Amino acid sequence: MEKLPIALYIIPSLIMFCCGVYGFITRKNMIAILISLELMLNSVDINFVVFNRFLYPGQLEGMMFTLFAIAIAAAETALAIAIIVNIFRAVKNIDIRDLNKMKF
Amino acid sequence: MESVGSIVMYSIIVAAIIIFSILTVTTRRILRAATYLLFTLFATAGLYFMLDYEFLGAVQIAVYAGGIVVLVVFSILLTSKPGDTSSKLTSKKRVVGLAASVASLAVLGYAIASRCDFWSTFVKPSETGFDMHLLGSMLLGTGKYQYLLPFEAVSVLLLACIIGGVVIARKR
Repeated sequence: MEKLPIALYIIPSLIMFCCGVYGFITRKNMIAILISLELMLNSVDINFVVFNRFLYPGQLEGMMFTLFAIAIAAAETALAIAIIVNIFRAVKNIDIRDLNKMKF
Repeated sequence: MESVGSIVMYSIIVAAIIIFSILTVTTRRILRAATYLLFTLFATAGLYFMLDYEFLGAVQIAVYAGGIVVLVVFSILLTSKPGDTSSKLTSKKRVVGLAASVASLAVLGYAIASRCDFWSTFVKPSETGFDMHLLGSMLLGTGKYQYLLPFEAVSVLLLACIIGGVVIARKR
């Protein structure tokens, strides 16, 4: 398994990250923006794991970072969705173009 | 020498990652975007399994695919009617998005391509495999390079997140 070079693992993660950037800028639905954010977080997780595996195979630091990043991403998504549902209740819409007031 | 099976496996996983992450950000139906995100996360878990980190692949499937995607699908069904499509992109917005993503692709791709180290492999064959005992003692130990304090901090964070979610989303 480990004989493939590192670059072959981090290039897919780079492409995933760029897709996340594109979606983050072009999307208008807030949940779609959240999905793009998940893509970016996930690509960073891949990088942590790959560098840990290839550079320090005897240690697990990168894996720990990925575990905690996954936990924090779950918490962040839950809160963001609570906020989005609340916004939907207030303005009946989750299009970011319609959200130009700080207080409803 | 690399076995043919693992190369085939690698190609399938990487093709799935690339195709589904592009589809995630380009499809106009939001529920399909969530489904493609699910496939991307599964392919990532497959990559972790390929790197012999079975525990991490299981966590990825359980938390991301089982938790986050279900949450996202619930909120999509709460906030949009089925069959809704997002409006067509204006060309200005698309140009801005493409410029940002191509710029980051160029900078990071140059960083990868210019390090010729990345094209060789580092892992030592004697140290392959993954020790579950090491993971357990790292996660629940208090010594150097051990992670009990962050572990407890994450548990407090999750509790705060539950309470915050309830407080934010409740009916007033």
